Amino acid sequence: MKIQSKILITVSAILMLSAYFFPLWKILLGAPQYPEGLEMKIWLTGITGNVDQINGLNHYIGMQHIVVANFWEFKILPYIYGLIVAFGFFVAWTGKLKYLWLWMAVLVVFSIFGFSDFYLWEYDYGHHLDPHAAIKVEGMTYQPPLIGYKQLLNFVAGSLPDIAGYLVGIGGFITAGVLFFEQRLKNKTKKTKTIKL
Amino acid sequence: MNLLSHKSLFILLATPFLFVLGCKPGKVSETTDVDAAKKVYVAPGKHDELYLFTSGGFSGQIAAYGLPSGRLLKVIPVFAQDPENGWGYNEETKPMLNTSHGFIPWDDAHHTELSKTNGEDDGRWIFINGNNTPRIARIDLVTFKTAEIIELPNSAGNHASPFCTENTEYLVGNTRFSIPEEGKDDVPIESFKENFQGNVSFVSVDKNSGTMKLAFQIRVPGFDYDLAHAGKGPSHDWMFFTTYNTEQAHTLLEVNASQKDKDFVMALNWKKAEQLIAEGKGKKTTARYAHNVLNEKSQTASSTIENSVLVLDVKDHPELIYYMPCPKSPHGIDVTPDGEFMVASGKLAATLPVFSFKKMLIAIKNKSYEGKVANNIPVLKYESVLQGEVQKPGLGPLHTEFDDKGFAYTTMFVSSEIVKWRIKDLQIIDRIPVYYSPGHLCVPGGDSKKPYGKYVIALNKITKDRYLPTGPELTQSAQLIDITGNKMKLLLDFPTIGEPHYAQAIPAEKIVKNQIRFYKIEENENKYVTKSENDARVVRTGNRVDVYMTAIRSHLAPDNIEGVKVGDEVYFHLTNLEQDWDVPHGFAVKGANTAELLVMPGETNTLKWVPDRSGMFPFYCTDFCSALHQEMQGYLRVSPKSSNTPLKYGIGEKMITKK
Repeated sequence: MKIQSKILITVSAILMLSAYFFPLWKILLGAPQYPEGLEMKIWLTGITGNVDQINGLNHYIGMQHIVVANFWEFKILPYIYGLIVAFGFFVAWTGKLKYLWLWMAVLVVFSIFGFSDFYLWEYDYGHHLDPHAAIKVEGMTYQPPLIGYKQLLNFVAGSLPDIAGYLVGIGGFITAGVLFFEQRLKNKTKKTKTIKL
Repeated sequence: MNLLSHKSLFILLATPFLFVLGCKPGKVSETTDVDAAKKVYVAPGKHDELYLFTSGGFSGQIAAYGLPSGRLLKVIPVFAQDPENGWGYNEETKPMLNTSHGFIPWDDAHHTELSKTNGEDDGRWIFINGNNTPRIARIDLVTFKTAEIIELPNSAGNHASPFCTENTEYLVGNTRFSIPEEGKDDVPIESFKENFQGNVSFVSVDKNSGTMKLAFQIRVPGFDYDLAHAGKGPSHDWMFFTTYNTEQAHTLLEVNASQKDKDFVMALNWKKAEQLIAEGKGKKTTARYAHNVLNEKSQTASSTIENSVLVLDVKDHPELIYYMPCPKSPHGIDVTPDGEFMVASGKLAATLPVFSFKKMLIAIKNKSYEGKVANNIPVLKYESVLQGEVQKPGLGPLHTEFDDKGFAYTTMFVSSEIVKWRIKDLQIIDRIPVYYSPGHLCVPGGDSKKPYGKYVIALNKITKDRYLPTGPELTQSAQLIDITGNKMKLLLDFPTIGEPHYAQAIPAEKIVKNQIRFYKIEENENKYVTKSENDARVVRTGNRVDVYMTAIRSHLAPDNIEGVKVGDEVYFHLTNLEQDWDVPHGFAVKGANTAELLVMPGETNTLKWVPDRSGMFPFYCTDFCSALHQEMQGYLRVSPKSSNTPLKYGIGEKMITKK
């Protein structure tokens, strides 16, 4: 593996470490009465922001309270994710393409799992409503979008990556790029060798 | 020619002359136009450039307006009870209105004074005086709440107050009424000259907390002390007061106190007084006065009755004060931004004298006296302290403020106008009529070292035909005048609450940056706070019933209460559990003979209620808090005194019965 590739993989892994220092994702809520907006920041380790206000509003439509302690993910993820990032540094150190493939695969599986899990939580909060809620709108569910904006009654709900979300994403793309480049380089060398023979 | 007969031609030609004949001299037409409208238009949703804090006069409160729009933002309750939000009615704030005379639910508030750092308005606090029952209040501009009120003993008519020194080291209060010493005051009024004296209070303000303390008082000769302003820059150590009734009349002052051609400006060296106090020269004297403080964390006020004050008497320390003759019955005394000149406005004088601080120091050094009064107080020679006089300023000059370009603006009460003049050469530049009879005026930062300028606000006593009539009792008003050009230009006028004696204005950003949106519930230290709905409860102790109630959109907990009896003392301790911006909850119970509560998020307030009859008493939230506000209600059952109805309370499924 080229030294540039090794450096780029290290850079990706460092970018991925940002998830310990910045939020990954944000949920934004805006309504006429909330010109200042409400937001919820999702971190590797928990949720911050206007959680209490959002819970206060959600009780009208019978949504369950968002309680950080109820998410098993926040207890385990910091460790699993740590292992994955550590493996990235290991890949850079060994410089083996085989390991790079493995890391890429782990990253893809992890992100698919992450988004699916996020979607399932959103689905659960949006659909399982208290039947005694004060406000009931026939056929209305309150699942926020996975990514992008959606109108939910008087609120516009947005779901977008936050700082660490972008940085981790960039890290992922760099890794994919390196993998593509290194694989092509290897194929070429193979070809050259074959021709020589 | 048929159409235009000789007769009609004559009428046509004569019309202009008839108009001329019909026109009385002296009326000046108003010049408000589209351009003025643009200058005061603040589009919906946009914020004003300045806050204007006007005294509420006999309402006892302060009103905060936005400028240039003139929109009323808030009435801040200070000296008067306010049923709108329970100020002075709820148990937490009742002690704020305590005095040595007991509970006093009103006052006549006069002068707003913004706290200053290095002579500039710093936007931390605003002070106001209670004129009738001598008091000074401090309002915290983070919360727009009255945080502290201190009573001034040995005082009557606390009018020359609460003007502050350059770094808010002290606020002053001087007596409009001279009185005999408290405790020795059962004397004939006729003995005025022997027994009556003035009394200057110096209230220190803690630099960090703002806490006020009556540091010392200075006994001064028995004249009427009207207004004050502190020196700044070179004159930092001095405080200036106007006096009238140097005739020392005690009846028909209208005539008897208007006999002398000159009264005095009193210059008081407060630095020297402070030094004398530090040296232990102050005499500890008995005095009874209340000191009331609102604890921000518990939102609960406490009232302490103090019983002594340190006193200096100018009879023993004549070096503390000097009198300067001033024509005639002066009212306002105002110090130029550079601290070099003092402008005193003689209500009945034909000229406006401007005194020079430098010349005053020289006159003191050279003992350039024209005599002494009250046995041993020197009166400096008028000519030796005078910088010059503004000639023919108008009739009834009262107050002067300054802009950032070297101009001064003086109100003329009698000729109902504001006169602009240049400090440098005392030349009059412009005059503009105001409607009607202005008292004080306000240039933003106009009594500070760094005036903001741009506007002058006339504070008018009389409005007559200016607005739609409202019966015999009419509003007072403020008028906004543009002073950016050579000619002053009237932009807007708007009604005010009470009488806007004095007002101060400050750039909005100095206050906005410190604002809070709500109180943090975890920091609430109120003795009766309920931090979680699970802790909401009712506790009976003898005939006292404490209801620990919570409010959150959209229910009160508990909302069903039984077992209260006629004659019980019921205390509703309502905690607003919201932690969000602009979500107050109110509380009212049928038959409450005090007021309602209006509780801000994270705050606890207590309403005392004594049911006078058995029956069903509904209670509810009075602030339209949410879509289900109307559902935010409950019932309290009151049983006869002799009944055995058990104490029962709760909300929804959770009902608790106490045996």
